[in-house]
Amino acid sequence: MSAKLAAAILIDGVIDASWLFIVAVGLTLVFGVLNILNFAHGSLFAVGAYAAASAVGWYYGGGFGPPFFGYLLMLGAALAVALILGPLIERGVLRFFYRRDEVVLVLVTYALFLILEDATKLIWGAESYYASEPYALLGNVSFFGLSYVGYDFALIGLAVVTGLLLWFGLNRTITGKIVLAVIHDRDISRAMGVNVNRVFAFAFTLGVFLAALGGAFTAPKISVQPGILLSFAVVVIGGLGSVEGAAIAALFVGFARAAAIHLVPWAELFIVYLVMALVLAFRPEGLFQRTSARKI
Amino acid sequence: MTGVIGTLVAAVIAYAVLVLAGYLAPDWLVLVATLAFTKGLVALGIVALMRGGLVSFGQGTFYCAGAYAAGLAMRSFGIGDAALLVALGAIAGLILGGIIAPLLAGYRGIFFATLTLALSMIVYGILNKTYSLGGSDGLNLHAPSFFGYRPAGSENAGYALFLFTGLIMVIAATLCRIHFNSVRGLLSHAARDNEIRVEYLGASVRWINSVNFIIAAVLGGVGGALSALSLGHIDPDFAFWTTSGEFVFLAILSGYVSVTAVFVAAILVELLRSYSSQYFPNTWQGVLGIFLLLIILFLPGGLGSLALRLRPKGPEPAPSPAENLK
Repeated sequence: MSAKLAAAILIDGVIDASWLFIVAVGLTLVFGVLNILNFAHGSLFAVGAYAAASAVGWYYGGGFGPPFFGYLLMLGAALAVALILGPLIERGVLRFFYRRDEVVLVLVTYALFLILEDATKLIWGAESYYASEPYALLGNVSFFGLSYVGYDFALIGLAVVTGLLLWFGLNRTITGKIVLAVIHDRDISRAMGVNVNRVFAFAFTLGVFLAALGGAFTAPKISVQPGILLSFAVVVIGGLGSVEGAAIAALFVGFARAAAIHLVPWAELFIVYLVMALVLAFRPEGLFQRTSARKI
Repeated sequence: MTGVIGTLVAAVIAYAVLVLAGYLAPDWLVLVATLAFTKGLVALGIVALMRGGLVSFGQGTFYCAGAYAAGLAMRSFGIGDAALLVALGAIAGLILGGIIAPLLAGYRGIFFATLTLALSMIVYGILNKTYSLGGSDGLNLHAPSFFGYRPAGSENAGYALFLFTGLIMVIAATLCRIHFNSVRGLLSHAARDNEIRVEYLGASVRWINSVNFIIAAVLGGVGGALSALSLGHIDPDFAFWTTSGEFVFLAILSGYVSVTAVFVAAILVELLRSYSSQYFPNTWQGVLGIFLLLIILFLPGGLGSLALRLRPKGPEPAPSPAENLK
């Protein structure tokens, strides 16, 4: 394998891992706090992407101001999606099902997935949206004679910042400690006076925001075809509910995909699931989750 | 043994009703029912698993295996007999299920669900890139013959396939009912309630779950082969996760109390789908989603539990062996 090929796999992998991480960490957070494996996460990603594409299209179409302002607008679009859909779904639907089995909850989110898919189609129609302006804005970068779009590297930066903020927020702030306490044991937390319902609403909204953020910032990259299942695989490989696990697994999956694309193209579609099945076969709880005691 | 005889009598009556209903019903309804029965068969497999407390999100694996087994047998070996093709589908499910069951026997809950899902996506990915099997376009099948009889005209072919599918369905449902009521079958309920207790009593939960898994795999293969015959076309989407999700949907809708409920649910959903795709072409998925939410919320035991509620209060049934284990 030549150095150039290795570099290409490495860089492509990291780029792929960046958006995967943003989406997967939201999924893992929601699972950690609410114990829900959210199948609708991918739809929320899509809603974020559409919202950002519409906002960006409107902004550049009108020529309202400095072009770099478009990035803030994308962030705003993701935030708006989260603030509307997060509380709506959590308070309006999910809270009625918290006492149920986690597999039933998966089905509830599957129903949400079906509903959101159609809602997205109703609002934005079936035609494609283009928001390529922000993509070209940062120019090109070249590495080892390979040319990359600068935006992709900005995306890596965004993923790193997101991860660090999330880590800091969870481990170094009061709110974060409370969230961790709820992840650990919701009943004890409630007994200690934590408003668990509010933590649920907050965590779910944050999860929606991360999905929408991933969607918003990958919308300009037309080539991205996100499968919800990809981020799903990342979360399962990393260990459900683990932020560090999501980061490592995102890199893992990113490299696996990049390697497959460059070396064995026909395996691209399923390499991730193969990795996932292998990891689950040896570590059912994922790479980074402590095994919990068996309840009798 | 009266239970078994009662089940057999009910099965014969049910099939007679089906034959008559299919004869009287319009063509489109016969087609809808045929498709519903094939999907119901796969969902019946999930019901078998659900009784033991497991939900597979990857029945598409076996559904697809059955369909491709039938499709390949038709294309490569010129086998055109429906019974033979369905048997091949069942064997494909059996072999695949026999290989996978021991691998998955240690997994529960969400891990079982995600692992089965991952397996189905691997199948999906491989088939998409296997151009000798048609790649993402899949394969076309021609109409089958039935025990040497080759129906003339699409109307006859539709009715013949309906009768054949109905027969397979009734047989499968009867066998499942008999198995579910047997001591072995009832142990699944006990395993769902408390595995460790079942282990201490001397039964193997691994074994129970493996048997259920293989039943589900065979039913998946049979359903896949029948679907292939009724649709006349197979493609890798048979193994896609939304296909598997649909089967779980059916299983949840019907619940695990009644075997009949699975097929009632399948027909209901198939009718709902064909009506809403006609009248609200852009929102029918959403309609299904809302329907699913309402069912989970208000009818957690599924449609089958409705029958239990309506049943007149007869004399208390004798406690079954599994009842005593609790």
